[in-house]
Amino acid sequence: MRFETDISPLVGSQNSISAIMRRVIWALIPGTALAVVILGWGVLTNVLLAVVAAVFFEAVMLFLRQRPVGFYLGDYSAVVAGWILGLCLPTLAPWWIPIVASGFAIVLGKQLFGGLGYNPFNPAMVGYVVMLVSFPKQMTFWAAPWGTDGIRLNFTESLRWTFFEELPSHLQFDAVTMATPLDAVRTRLSLGDESMAYIEQQSIFGLLAGQGSEWVALAFLAGGLWMIYKKIIRWHIPVAMLGALAIIATVFWLIDADRYGSPLFHLLAGGTMLGAFFVATDPISSSTTERGRLIFGAGVGILAYLIRSFGSYVDGVAFAVLLMNMAVPLIDYYTQPKVFGHKSQPKTASNKTSKGQ
Amino acid sequence: MIKLYDFHGGIHLPGKKSLSNNTPIQQLACSKRLVLPLQMHIGEPARPEVGVGEHVGKGQRLARPDGFISAAIHAPTSGTVVAIESLPIPHPSGLSAPCIVIEADGEDRWEKPFEPWDDYQSHTPLEIRQRLRDAGVVGLGGAVFPTAAKLAVPPDRPIKTLILNGAECEPYITCDDRVMRERADQIIEGGRILLHASGAERCLIGVEDNKPEAIASLQAAIKAAEDTRFEVVAVPTRYPAGGERQLILTLTGIEIPRNRHATDYGLLCQNVATAASVYRAVVLGEPVISRVVTVTGEGINRPGNFEVRIGTPISDVIAAAGGYKSGVDRLLMGGPMMGFALADDTVPVVKATNCLLALHPQDREPEQPPMPCIRCGQCAEACPVNLLPQQLYWYSRAKDLDRTREYHIFDCIECGVCAAVCPAHIPLVQYFRFAKTEIWASERERLKANKARERHKFHQERIAREKAEREAMLAKKRAALAAKQTNQSQTGSDKSAIKDEIAAAMARVKARKAAAQTKKASEPAQVGSPTYTESEKP
Repeated sequence: MRFETDISPLVGSQNSISAIMRRVIWALIPGTALAVVILGWGVLTNVLLAVVAAVFFEAVMLFLRQRPVGFYLGDYSAVVAGWILGLCLPTLAPWWIPIVASGFAIVLGKQLFGGLGYNPFNPAMVGYVVMLVSFPKQMTFWAAPWGTDGIRLNFTESLRWTFFEELPSHLQFDAVTMATPLDAVRTRLSLGDESMAYIEQQSIFGLLAGQGSEWVALAFLAGGLWMIYKKIIRWHIPVAMLGALAIIATVFWLIDADRYGSPLFHLLAGGTMLGAFFVATDPISSSTTERGRLIFGAGVGILAYLIRSFGSYVDGVAFAVLLMNMAVPLIDYYTQPKVFGHKSQPKTASNKTSKGQ
Repeated sequence: MIKLYDFHGGIHLPGKKSLSNNTPIQQLACSKRLVLPLQMHIGEPARPEVGVGEHVGKGQRLARPDGFISAAIHAPTSGTVVAIESLPIPHPSGLSAPCIVIEADGEDRWEKPFEPWDDYQSHTPLEIRQRLRDAGVVGLGGAVFPTAAKLAVPPDRPIKTLILNGAECEPYITCDDRVMRERADQIIEGGRILLHASGAERCLIGVEDNKPEAIASLQAAIKAAEDTRFEVVAVPTRYPAGGERQLILTLTGIEIPRNRHATDYGLLCQNVATAASVYRAVVLGEPVISRVVTVTGEGINRPGNFEVRIGTPISDVIAAAGGYKSGVDRLLMGGPMMGFALADDTVPVVKATNCLLALHPQDREPEQPPMPCIRCGQCAEACPVNLLPQQLYWYSRAKDLDRTREYHIFDCIECGVCAAVCPAHIPLVQYFRFAKTEIWASERERLKANKARERHKFHQERIAREKAEREAMLAKKRAALAAKQTNQSQTGSDKSAIKDEIAAAMARVKARKAAAQTKKASEPAQVGSPTYTESEKP
């Protein structure tokens, strides 16, 4: 009897990339839902617009690159990139912001490098940073979160603003926007005469960090912990990033608590939690060795703090991730694990040749 | 209990062992025609010492070991040698190789090549090694390395510990399990012979803890033998716990690099079934003419273990196990992780055949088209050698062979764990095999180029040397001429003397040319070895 032949191993993986990406989406849902409630309907429109645009651009690029469109769309990586990008964008951004951002993320950040698996930079962060640099004004349009003294838009008002830039006649634009906690700290500290303790009495500040947004951050933390439990991501990058950020924040805070935010504030403000669990852990653009991931995570944490505290941008997580993405090949090369048998070469080792057998 | 050490990575696989390990080993009837490849072991192929048409007895040597790393081959039954020719052998690429073909005469009459050594202790280790070599004993775990060659260690590196490998970590395979259950006494006796032959002080038998019956049976045999040097160690069930280096690490904490041998560390590792065949070769005087083969898989009607004569067509073994179920589309030799698919079941069982595995498409993970690598690192976590398969993949794919070496591609043991966990379904092991063969090929090219370069350099040197020699000769002549001239000018008769001199020189040149011409005509010029005529010699 004759048979077909095959090459071992014949045991294949039940796991798949689309299963991994679907789980990332599951982990994003609690934080996203809470963000919609607390930060406003703009989060929902941002995420939906960014996801739809990301999938659209992905499909167009796959078609142009003559790749099987359905096969690659099924990996859900474009959905994840769009979703994370949507969460980063300001809640009162006009409709074209998430679409253009997704375009840059998918076309420039991902497909032009060769698509899934070949992008050296985190696509969502590429899209975000391009918008931040190109449209600095629109990228500050944050609505007043729940629990502050700002005015909040309802669903239809929010939609009208997003698509037509129309506010209810009795409202001024300034009345519905509010500086983010990080922004508030930066501007007020730059004035020079207000201390952190004073600044934190504003309504934008809550119990731990930003009013409301601190709970969103905790929801992302929970989603991230679930992903670690499910082995979708490894602990190294989030722990190293949050640990390094906490340490450097503590050092400056101990030096001058009036001019530097507390470590808890830094951990829960801005994009820290989303970045630590959903952005910096992107396996494609981050380090792939265990020690490398610790270095990568710590680098992101420290750079994010330095940019936040001393740079000219409000939050530094996106820049920090992109900067560390650049260092990944170097980090990976120098953090290779010790291969079996290379740890304890006996002194009598005579055969040191690296020749193939 | 000894302390156990942990190796990096590894995975839990569905064992599927109960398909075949619940029934005793069955004796398979002798086939009519047996095909014995001359190379069933690692090393040099054996050299046939029988002729076509010759009648041979069961156990008679058919081919002797040729070289230090080689093993003898014996007749599995009595019969006639009908052919010595190239025939298909079990091989991943379906290759053919020289084989001895025996037509059984049905009498199955022993002609034992050796006397039984009941008192093996009165024989020196060297004699025992010679016996194992003559009896064709090779590692039956799958690597088929000649046991005698493994035992030959330099005297300054004595063996301290013998490790018998009964881990049997691949799914489906149960031949060692059954041998341990049914022939534990032979394994222990074989172990004692190996202890004697190697001078080792103790013997550890590593068995995966999913084989409690085998462990109990071995312990009973040790008790019966009253030998305190033996210890059975249950090792955690995790593929590839039975890899030689993984098992050694688990039992001793020693990591053996790929370019060293276990014997460099005072360790000798043998498969349990090999130990049993050592016993049979030494004490009973029986060469290796059969082995236990697991015939299993969801595609086999009556899976089980069979004592099969080497050379038996695989189709006969399958028939004894009740044949295939319908819809079988793969037949593997070995397990699903490291075995290879056979194109044809007419090839013979060889000494390496530990398992025949027949599968339906639904018994395997459905083959999925590979996606790009997302560097998730699950392969690196599962790699028992602690490699970075994701990086190796990247560089193998880019044919950046230098980088694959820097990432230690030659430490890869091709266990298949990385491919088995890859969420992108990338056939990683195939990429690594590809990179290895590319490196070997380029290495050969490099050696060739080096040789050519050396040859060229030598050629250039020779030409330069000849030129220098010629010039030196000319200079000498010129000097002699000048000296003569001054002499002659002193005596006064200059012009006619010079004329004479020129005429004489021209005559000499003419004569030399003529001589060279005849020389050339009489013998064709030899390339590379310059020939001088008598007059040309400096």
